[in-house]
Amino acid sequence: MIDRRLLTNIDWMLAGLVIAVCLLGIMNIYSATAPYKVVATAYYIKQFYWLLAGMGIALAISTVDYHILEDFSYWLYGIVILLLLAVLVIGRSSMGATRWLNLGLFNVQPSELMKIVIIITFARFFNNFQSMGGLTVRDMLFPLGILAIPALLIMKQPDLGTAILVILIALSMTLYRGLRWSTVVTFVLVTIPVAWLGWSYFLRPYQKNRVLDFLNPERSRLGSGYHIIQSKIAVGSGGFIGKGFVKGTQSQLRFLPEQHTDFAFSVFAEEWGFIGCLVLILLYLSLVLWGLNIARRCNDRFGALLAMGVTAMLFWHIVINMGMVIGMFPVVGVPMPFFSYGGTSMITSMVGIGILQSISMRRFMF
Amino acid sequence: MKAQRFVREVMESKQRILVISFVVGAIFFILLLRLWHLQILNTDDYRSMSENNRLRFVPVAASRGAIMDRSGKVLVSNRPSFSLAVVPLEVKDKDGLFDRLSRLLGLDRAELEERWKKVTGRAKYYPVVLASNISRDQVEIIEENRLRLPGVEIEMKPVREYSSELLAAHLLGYIGEISDDDLDKKGYEEYNPGDYIGKNGVERSWEQELHGNDGGRQLEVDARGRVLRTISESYPTVGNSVVLTIDAAVQKQAEKAFGDQAGAAVALDVNSGEVLAFVSTPSFDPALFSGKLPADVWQSYLDDKRHPLENKALTGQYPPGSTFKIITALAGLENGQINDSTSVNCKGSYELGGSVFKCWNKHGHGTTNLKKSLRESCDVYYYQLGERLGVDLIAKTAQKFMLGAPLGIGLTNEKPGLIPTAQWKQKRFGKRWYHGETLPVSIGQGYVLMTPIQLASMISTVANEGTVYRPFLVKRIVDADGKPLKEFKPEIIGRTGISADKFRLVKQGLFAVVNEPGGTGAMARLYDVRVAGKSGTSQVVKLRDSKQGTPYQFRDHALFVAFAPYDKPEIAVAVVVEHGGHGGEVAGAIAGRILRAYFDGKKPAQKAPVKPNTRDEADEEDGGQPSLKEPRSSGDAVND
Repeated sequence: MIDRRLLTNIDWMLAGLVIAVCLLGIMNIYSATAPYKVVATAYYIKQFYWLLAGMGIALAISTVDYHILEDFSYWLYGIVILLLLAVLVIGRSSMGATRWLNLGLFNVQPSELMKIVIIITFARFFNNFQSMGGLTVRDMLFPLGILAIPALLIMKQPDLGTAILVILIALSMTLYRGLRWSTVVTFVLVTIPVAWLGWSYFLRPYQKNRVLDFLNPERSRLGSGYHIIQSKIAVGSGGFIGKGFVKGTQSQLRFLPEQHTDFAFSVFAEEWGFIGCLVLILLYLSLVLWGLNIARRCNDRFGALLAMGVTAMLFWHIVINMGMVIGMFPVVGVPMPFFSYGGTSMITSMVGIGILQSISMRRFMF
Repeated sequence: MKAQRFVREVMESKQRILVISFVVGAIFFILLLRLWHLQILNTDDYRSMSENNRLRFVPVAASRGAIMDRSGKVLVSNRPSFSLAVVPLEVKDKDGLFDRLSRLLGLDRAELEERWKKVTGRAKYYPVVLASNISRDQVEIIEENRLRLPGVEIEMKPVREYSSELLAAHLLGYIGEISDDDLDKKGYEEYNPGDYIGKNGVERSWEQELHGNDGGRQLEVDARGRVLRTISESYPTVGNSVVLTIDAAVQKQAEKAFGDQAGAAVALDVNSGEVLAFVSTPSFDPALFSGKLPADVWQSYLDDKRHPLENKALTGQYPPGSTFKIITALAGLENGQINDSTSVNCKGSYELGGSVFKCWNKHGHGTTNLKKSLRESCDVYYYQLGERLGVDLIAKTAQKFMLGAPLGIGLTNEKPGLIPTAQWKQKRFGKRWYHGETLPVSIGQGYVLMTPIQLASMISTVANEGTVYRPFLVKRIVDADGKPLKEFKPEIIGRTGISADKFRLVKQGLFAVVNEPGGTGAMARLYDVRVAGKSGTSQVVKLRDSKQGTPYQFRDHALFVAFAPYDKPEIAVAVVVEHGGHGGEVAGAIAGRILRAYFDGKKPAQKAPVKPNTRDEADEEDGGQPSLKEPRSSGDAVND
C-alpha cells in the first residue's frame, strides 16, 4: 500500500500552510502562558511535541490509500457510537462535563473522533447514492438519522461546541452534494419548532446563558459575558500594529479565560494587532481554499467528498473560534485548529490533514 | 450514458466548489471587517478600557485541615504567616523603596536585591515576595506607611503549627512545596507549582482530605494599586480535619519514656486495631521542613547515627528475638509437638549437627516446661521445639498472624518484615534450607524480621486470642465545623484459627514473665493492673558478650511486647530500643510507662499531678529488686 513514489508527490502547499500556522501558534502560546506559574514542561514546548506527533500521524495516514476508509466507514461509525455510549456510562468527568474515556493506555475523547468519522460516513453514503439531481426529503432521512445519533449523544455529555461542529460538517457535505429547493424549505420549516424544543428541554442552563450573553454581553459583566467583553477589549486595544510580543496587558494580567486554548487568538490579536490578524486570516483562508482545491482536483467522488468534509471541519473551527473571540458568536469552547494549545485538537486536525494529503498525493493515480 | 452522467456530475460539483470558495472568502472577509471595526475604528475606546482595566487577581490559599488526637486535642493546626510582596509594575523608584523598607522594617538590603532578581522573565503584574514570615509588628508598620510604599502588598498565607512538644513527628509528617514529579502525577491536576502538600506521614496519606480548595479575589485597584473594590470572589474551602486514633497523653508519655534512646513503640487497641501511640525516636522538627531547611540542621539529621528522619515504627525491620518465641510456642501447641507439661532439660546449650547453640543463660535453666520457657526465656526449649517443627510449620503459624507482609496501616513505605521458609530461601539464595538454620529462627533470630507495628499486632492478636485487626490511624474525618464526614470502622484482616485454650497456655506464660519471680519482664509490672508480656534481646552482630563497652552500633536491640489487663485485654504495646541492651529492662520499662499512661488516662478522677511520681516510684521499686531484674539460675525457677 505504501508507495515510495507517492512521497515525491507530497502536497507542500498544504504542509507549508499548516506548519506556518502551527509555528505562529507555538509562539503565541509562549506569550499567552508567560504569566502562568512555571510548570515542569512549558506549554509551548508541549505544544511543539504535539506538533511533532501530529505531523507523524499525518504522514502515516497520507501513505495509506484513503479508499480503504470507504470499506471501514460503517465499522468506524459503529465503534465510535459505542465509545460515545461508553462515555455516558463510565466516562471521566472534568469541569462539569463528561467527555473522556479511559482506555487504559490513554484517554480518548470519542466526540473528537466523531468529527472525522462523520466525514467518512457521509462521504461513503453520498458516494454510493445512485440518484441524479438534488436530494429529496426522503433521501435525507437516512443521513439525518446517522447524524442525529452522535449529535444527541455529544450534546448529552454536554459538549455543545462539538455537537454543533459535527452537525455543521455534515450539513456542509450535504450542501456540496446538492439539495432540492423543496428539501431546503421543508427543513427550515421543521427546524424552527425543533429549535424551540431544544431550547426548552436540551440546553443546559450554562449553555442558555452563553447564548443569552451573546445576544446581550452586558447581561452579566462577571459571568460568561465577562469573557466576551474582556476578549473584545484585548482584540480592540491591539489596534493596527499591536502591543508587541508578550506585552499584551489583557493577556499578561490574565483577564482572559483559557487564554492559551480557546482564547489564544485574542492574545494574538492584542499583541500583533490588525496586521497580525490579517496575516493569520490569510493563512487560514489559503488553507481552506487549498482544501477546496484538493476536492476539486480529485477525480473520484469519494475522495472529493472526503476532502470537502475535512475542509469544512477546519473552516468551521476557525470561523466559530474567531467569531467567539471577537464577539460575533457565543462562547462554545471550540479551539482554533493548529493555533490553540491542546493535544486533542492538534491530533484531530492532523488526522484531517493526513487524509487531505492522501487525496492530494493520489490525484495523478487515475 | 453512464459516463455522460458522471462527467455532468463532476462538472456540477466543480462548479459548486467555486461557489463554496466564494462563500468562504466572504465569511473570512466579514471576520476581517469585524476586526477592522474593533482594531481600527474603535481601538481608542478599547485601549483606554484596557489601560483602566486595573483588575488584580489575588489568590487566597485554603487553610489546611487540622490533625487531632482521638479526643479532639489539636496536634497540628495553622497560623497565619505574612509576607511582604511588591508588584514590579508599580515600583517606579526601586532604590528609594528598598531604602525605606530596610529602614522601617530592618530588612537586609542584599536579601531584598536577591529576591528582586526573580522578577526578570516574569510578568510585571505579578507580586514578587521580598520577605516571607514577617512579624505582626512589621505588618503594622507597612500598613501605617502604605502611601510611602507604592506597589507593596502584604500576603497572608496559613502555615502549619505543631503542638509544642513535637508529638509524633514521624506519624504526622510534614508539608512542603509540591515537587515537579508530583505535579505531573494523576490526581494532582488541580495543584500549582508553589503549592504545599503533605510530604509524608498522615499529611501525605490524607492529603486529599486535608488540602481544601484555594480561592481568589478579583479586585479593582487604582493607578497606585490601592484596592477600590472587590469584583468577584471565590472563597477558599478549608480542608477537612483528620481525627486520629492516637491518644495524645499515651503518645506523649511514650515519647518521653525513650529519653534520648533511639527506637520505636506502637500501642494498639486490642479489640479494634486502633493505633493509640506511634513513636519513632529520636524525633525531628516538622516545622523546619516546610520552609527552606537550614543546611546545617539537615546535615546534623543525616549525620546522626540514630537516624532521626527514619520512621522506625513503620520501616524499621528488626529481628524480633525472644518475643518470637510466642509464635514458636503456638506453632508447637498447634502441631501437637508440646503441651503444657512437656519439658526439656536445659543445660545452657544445645548441640545439633556438630554446632553448639547456646542458651542466653550459660548455666542452663534445668527442667523447663512451656510456662517456664516463656517466663525465663529459655532458648534451649525453643531450639528443640524448632528442630521438631521445622521452619515451614513455624512460618505457617506466623503467617496466620499476617506477619511477613505489610499490614496496611495506611502510610506509605510500610515494610513487610520477613518470615523465612524453605521455599523463600531457595528462591532468594538458590540454596536449600539447612536444619540448623531453623534453630535461630525459633528464637526470632536468623532471617526473621518484624516491624514494630507487626510486633504490636502480634501481641494484640495473642491478647484477643486470634483476631488480626488491621492497625489504623484515622478514626474519622470531620469538616471545618467538626461535623463528621467519614467514620472508619475496625477491619478484621485475618483469624488465626488457633483455639483459645492454646492461647491461654501461652498467655499464662506471658503473665509469669511480668509477674512471677524469675520472669524477665518485671520492669513492665503495674501495681494496679495485671500486665502480661515478653522480652526480647536481638543480636545485631554475633558477639560473645554484649556489654556497655561494645560500640553503640553493635549493641543488642532491646524489645518488649505486652498487653493489659491480663484478664480482659484492652491495650497491646510493642517497644523496640535500638542498641538498647537487655530487652526486659530497657524496653520493658518503656512498655510499663506506656501502659501506665493509658490506664491513668482511663481514670480521670485519680489523675492528680502527684500520680506520675507515684508511678515512677513504683517502677523504681520493682527495678530495685535485682532478683526480678535478672532472671535467675535454674535453682530458683524449678519449683514451677
